[in-house]
Order: sequence, then structure tokens, then C-alpha cells
Amino acid sequence: MKAYIDVTLKESILDPQGAAVKEGLIKLGYDVEGVRIGKHIEVELMDMEINEAEKLIREMCEKLLINPVIETYTFRLEV
Amino acid sequence: MKAGVVVFPGSNCDKDVFETLKGLDVDVKYIWHDEENLDVDLLVLPGGFSYGDYLRCGAIARFARILDGIYEFSQKDKLLVGICNGFQILTELKLLPGALLRNKNLKFICEDCTLIVENNNTPFTKLYEKGEAVNFPIAHGEGNYFIDEEGLKKLKENNQIVFKYRNNPNGSVEDIAGIINKNGNVLGLMPHPERASSKLLGCDDGTRFFKGAIEYFKDW
Repeated sequence: MKAYIDVTLKESILDPQGAAVKEGLIKLGYDVEGVRIGKHIEVELMDMEINEAEKLIREMCEKLLINPVIETYTFRLEV
Repeated sequence: MKAGVVVFPGSNCDKDVFETLKGLDVDVKYIWHDEENLDVDLLVLPGGFSYGDYLRCGAIARFARILDGIYEFSQKDKLLVGICNGFQILTELKLLPGALLRNKNLKFICEDCTLIVENNNTPFTKLYEKGEAVNFPIAHGEGNYFIDEEGLKKLKENNQIVFKYRNNPNGSVEDIAGIINKNGNVLGLMPHPERASSKLLGCDDGTRFFKGAIEYFKDW
């Protein structure tokens, strides 16, 4: 079983990296409203109940993978 | 009084801090991150790139064995200071509030910086005047201090803002360069006082930072 986790800065936090990339896209002629850059983390788990896997991934995110002061996350599981 | 400088894989300012303290006649030792013994009075988490700064700055270091006892250490009448990467570790550990973000201009900045001493009522800053301008260099890519409004209000109420930048180089909230915890014994700052600890280095404004901490223990 695999978990695909996306970590992004909270909406309220300025993302200078995203802002720089947005400028780049605009210079290339694309009409872009905004760009946010985050991190993608893949965690391979043993096979287990979906509920259990969700609980574990949330725990991992809150303990280490994200900093709740500045970041937020979403994830999906693939059996 | 004994001092310890924690050495993580990737620390690169450990020797600077060690030499600064040794030059002030302090009984100082290096403490490898895998040790458990925290038998010191002043503990320094130095600058650098602990564990390569993978995931986030300071995120992995908080799981080093030496840090197991650090919460307990911080609750005692002892001093803990995190400089640069050490500051990042202290916020990851939640011993200090807030977080350090990527510099606003996205650049790694390495330059001399003028700081204003906002609070000289701490062991580290008691030898400075309130409002005094001092020069400590900075060298960081992620020194942009962030704290939410509620947290900022608390920092102000408790007089926890210790240093501010005169010309904010990285986008930090309210020009904050260094803060202290509520108890007044855990301090974190992005600039490097140890790199301003000798006229040979161009400036010795940082010496009083360490002298203040040493004097704190003088009567022990």
C-alpha cells in the first residue's frame, strides 16, 4: 500500500518560490493567477486496513512530515 | 560552569562557538548528537545544516538522541541557545514559537547585519544597552521568521523579542531576528554572535552575548 502526500504552505503564508515561478510563467506569456509550490512525499506501507493506514499517515504528517505552524497537507492511498 | 556545543552531522559553526567560549575561559566541550549526557549549564545548538536540512531545516535534528533530554534541560535553571540552524531546531521542537521560512528574496544571504537589542533583560543580552545597535553576521537561506498574529501578540506582551534587524534582510515578521522563551532561559537567533567575537574577525560585538551567559552562572 502506498500513500501519496502533498505538503503545501498554508494559504496565509507567502510563498516566494511560487511567486518567482509565477513571474516566469507570465514572462513566457501565460496568463497565470497564482502559483504555489509544495512537496510531494511517497510512503510505502505494509498492507493493512484503509482506516488504520489513514490514521498512521496522519500521525506521520503531524509528528514529522509537516510543520503545522506553516504547512498543511493532503494525501491519498493506493492499494 | 560548564558549556556544551552539540555537534550534529552537518553542523558547521560548532567550532566557532567552541573557540569563542574557550577564549572566554569557559570549560567547554563538544557533545556528539548521539550522546545522552547533558551535564552542562549552558548548551549551544550551533549553526549549520543538521542532517542536510532534509525535509525542513531542523526537522530531523529534533530526533537526535542528545535532544531526548532537552525539554527537561530547558525546564531547569540552565541556559539553552540555538543559533541559526539551532534556532530552527528550537522552533521545530516547539521550545520557541513560530517557524523559519525561506528568505523573502529566495536568496541565501551572507552578510554583516545591524541588529537592535530590543530586550536587554535576558542572561545573553544584559551586557548590552536596550536599543543598542550591534553587528552580527547572518548566513542563511531560511531565516524568514514567521509567527501568527496571536503568537506575535504574546511575544510582545511577554517581552520575548530580543533582537530585531535594522534593515530586515529576509522578510521576518516585525523584523524579528531573535526571541526568548517565556521563562527567559531558551533563546534562538538567526544571526551569528560567534562570528563577531573577535576584532580579528572584524567585530567583537558578539562577545558580550556569551559573556552575559557566563556571568549568569558566576555565583554558582
